[in-house]
Amino acid sequence: MADVTMRIWRGDATGGDFETYTISQNEGEVVLDVVHRIQATQAPDLACRWNCKAGKCGSCSAEINGKPRLMCMTRMDQLPEGEVTVTPMKAFPIIRDLVTDVSFNFEMAKRVPALLPPPMPEGGYRMFQQDVDRGQEFRKCIECFLCQNVCHVIRDHEENKVHYAGPRFFIRYAELEMHPLDTNDRRELLKEEMGLGYCNITKCCTEVCPEHIHITDNAIIPLKERVVDADYDPIAWLGRKIRRRTKKTASEASVQPAP
Amino acid sequence: MTDSPYEHHAYDVLIIGAGGAGLRAAIEAKQRGLTVGIITKSLLGKAHTVMAEGGIAAAMGNVSEEDNWMVHFRDTMRGGKYLNNNRMAELHAKESPDRVWELEQWGALFDRTKDGKILQRDFGGHRYARLAHVGDRTGLELIRTLQQKVVSMDTDVFMECKVLKLVHDDAGRIAGCVAYWRATGEFVTFEAKSVIIATGGVGKSWKFTSNSWEGTGDGHAMALWAGAKLIDMECIQFHPTGMVWPVSVRGLLVTEGVRGDGGVLRNAEGQRFMFNYVPEMFRAETAETEEEGDKWYDDHTAGRRPPELLPRDEVARAINTEVKAGRGSPHGGVYLDIASRRTPEYIRRRLPSMYHQFMELAGVDITREAMEIGPTCHYIMGGVQVVADSAATAVPGLFAAGEAAGGLHGANRLGGNSLSDLVVFGRRAGMGAAEYIEAGDVATSFDMEEAETAVKEALAPFERADGENPYTIQHDLQEMMQSLVGIIRTGPELEEAKGKLDEFIERVKNISVKGGRAYNPGWNLATDLPSMLTVSRSTALAASLRKESRGGHTREDFPNPDPEFAKFNFALSCDGGDWDSPITAAESPLLPMPDELKALLEEAH
Repeated sequence: MADVTMRIWRGDATGGDFETYTISQNEGEVVLDVVHRIQATQAPDLACRWNCKAGKCGSCSAEINGKPRLMCMTRMDQLPEGEVTVTPMKAFPIIRDLVTDVSFNFEMAKRVPALLPPPMPEGGYRMFQQDVDRGQEFRKCIECFLCQNVCHVIRDHEENKVHYAGPRFFIRYAELEMHPLDTNDRRELLKEEMGLGYCNITKCCTEVCPEHIHITDNAIIPLKERVVDADYDPIAWLGRKIRRRTKKTASEASVQPAP
Repeated sequence: MTDSPYEHHAYDVLIIGAGGAGLRAAIEAKQRGLTVGIITKSLLGKAHTVMAEGGIAAAMGNVSEEDNWMVHFRDTMRGGKYLNNNRMAELHAKESPDRVWELEQWGALFDRTKDGKILQRDFGGHRYARLAHVGDRTGLELIRTLQQKVVSMDTDVFMECKVLKLVHDDAGRIAGCVAYWRATGEFVTFEAKSVIIATGGVGKSWKFTSNSWEGTGDGHAMALWAGAKLIDMECIQFHPTGMVWPVSVRGLLVTEGVRGDGGVLRNAEGQRFMFNYVPEMFRAETAETEEEGDKWYDDHTAGRRPPELLPRDEVARAINTEVKAGRGSPHGGVYLDIASRRTPEYIRRRLPSMYHQFMELAGVDITREAMEIGPTCHYIMGGVQVVADSAATAVPGLFAAGEAAGGLHGANRLGGNSLSDLVVFGRRAGMGAAEYIEAGDVATSFDMEEAETAVKEALAPFERADGENPYTIQHDLQEMMQSLVGIIRTGPELEEAKGKLDEFIERVKNISVKGGRAYNPGWNLATDLPSMLTVSRSTALAASLRKESRGGHTREDFPNPDPEFAKFNFALSCDGGDWDSPITAAESPLLPMPDELKALLEEAH
């Protein structure tokens, strides 16, 4: 097989540039294989993040020829011939080379009010497959954060990160809100603090999801509808006044006893 | 707090590793009101637990009402060829159903039965349908659930932080550890009243493995250096079904769920060869004909189970033999066929990530074609020797759980018993650490010299100008272990491996590293190699001593089990305490089995 030329962005928070590597190619390789062989033979300090190399852990997110993808699931023979360009995800601060600081996502995770189920009956809860199908779709998320990376609300507006959860967490909220056992209500939180209204449904997140989760159609749009219903439906409004269900913080919600 | 020249943190309980066992231990310790710090080499939620596919074994009896903990105990012991710690096997079988239900309280969404209970699937070596699952991504569900629980409890997690060595107090109790941040290369010390090792496995020392880069045996090694003992290090599980092509993904796991859901193994001649490899021990409960085996899938009373569902060690050896006899597939494996046996819809629903994995990485549509598969280094049964109830090691204040601990699985682990191991013994390690702290006899000082020596060793590769590239050493080590300490072993090859491992020690002492300390994978690898060598030496040593074949340890020169070797584990120690110190072995008698457990093994279920 012919040699491959790969342009990889090298640098850190203070700046950097592309370096070009030429290396032999083997049948069936993915981008991450080539990056690894460059590491092993030409650039031992080339930083990239990876774990499972099987599309299951979501560690090796990067932009390949400008497209956000997992390096481990992108086959070399499916890219157009010629140079391959690999850059780090753009929406997150650079640590080094292809590695970015994704801590924004872990901060957002801390703000998600946990599941609040009723006490478990003897022999376990009863839930039916059709009632958990939707939640299971969202729980396929491998937290590669490619959806966060392409979302214009934060990709182009760093300042929005303080009040915008992003697609990854909208599917997490949707999963909890649609959970058959949940008794928590996160709609006001979604509207007031998680910036659900900022999403203008361009579906960029859905397009890049390596797990093919229908982020916009199945999570964000239904969440928007729920939030609107809560605001404008007079019966729901009255119900809320009477029952006074308010959102619980993550730590408040975690005090359920172990079974 | 101790005066440290480095960034310093203090906790009641320090947990090294953020996979299923570490996270479950953290939840337990937090619920008991202790302060907890978790250290992980990767980001939170990326640990190797996500790679577990088929399910979590728990005798809930949702699908097979006859199931109960006693049958699960028996299956685990038989699968382990009776080398197991029987108390661990008992606790595991009794407690795993509660651990699964508890996951559901914390948000896990398992697949359901028609009447709304948690669905359970068949798996190798389990008499009844016992594995709770979410399609073929159960590990992801488990780690995400535990991760979300830990985050909701406001636990400190130190991500991308690599622990170099454990640190003692002046009386030899565990006092904490020394580590570095991968992002910056800056060192950090942690002092703690107790430390839990939950670092997972060692597979990265082999060439074809399902393990990620993290599986370098750090916890096994640092526990051994700190004075704990390792048992059963010769018992390595080669999972029968790893991908064999393309070469770049060789070793990647193909879930046993494919066989549980009806997939069968065929050689190049199209023969279902497993019928020729049924050992005496399992003959009475295994189907004799394809027809009988096929009936079993729909009705477990209509026939006996097909031989494709024998324990993993049996299936891996059979595949190895077929390939050696020239009946293998073009890329040196055999065929795993579900396409001709189940509908495309069924396959996509039950095995979505396998469908995805073969389609995207190999260009193979598993609903239409057979998969090419072969054995891959998957799991180590051996690990730190612990007390079953508390997960305590021989070092005061040091605990171990999950793959890093030894005993539960004996010589061979059944599929699905690893995820249940994580939550059962993760919790018990948290309890053990809490009780140790309550008893009050905890570390009173922190040996900073120990930490500083580890820092000096870690930095040494930067000072050598013309040393060796760590990647070359890792590559050669993997080749050597694959060829000399692989699935089938012989005495002379093991002796050769031991000699080579001594040479590797010298090579590791001559590593040089280029670049700076900030996120430098070459340097990170250089700091992983001492653990990789320690576990490789442990495996080679124990494998050379166990002159019999049992479970995940097969000797060509001693092809049968020997009852004399069924009485003890080889327990390894490292008195010198350094990564290059000699490792010695002693016989450690198996735990005597109470009569009521013995009776369970003898009962014909």
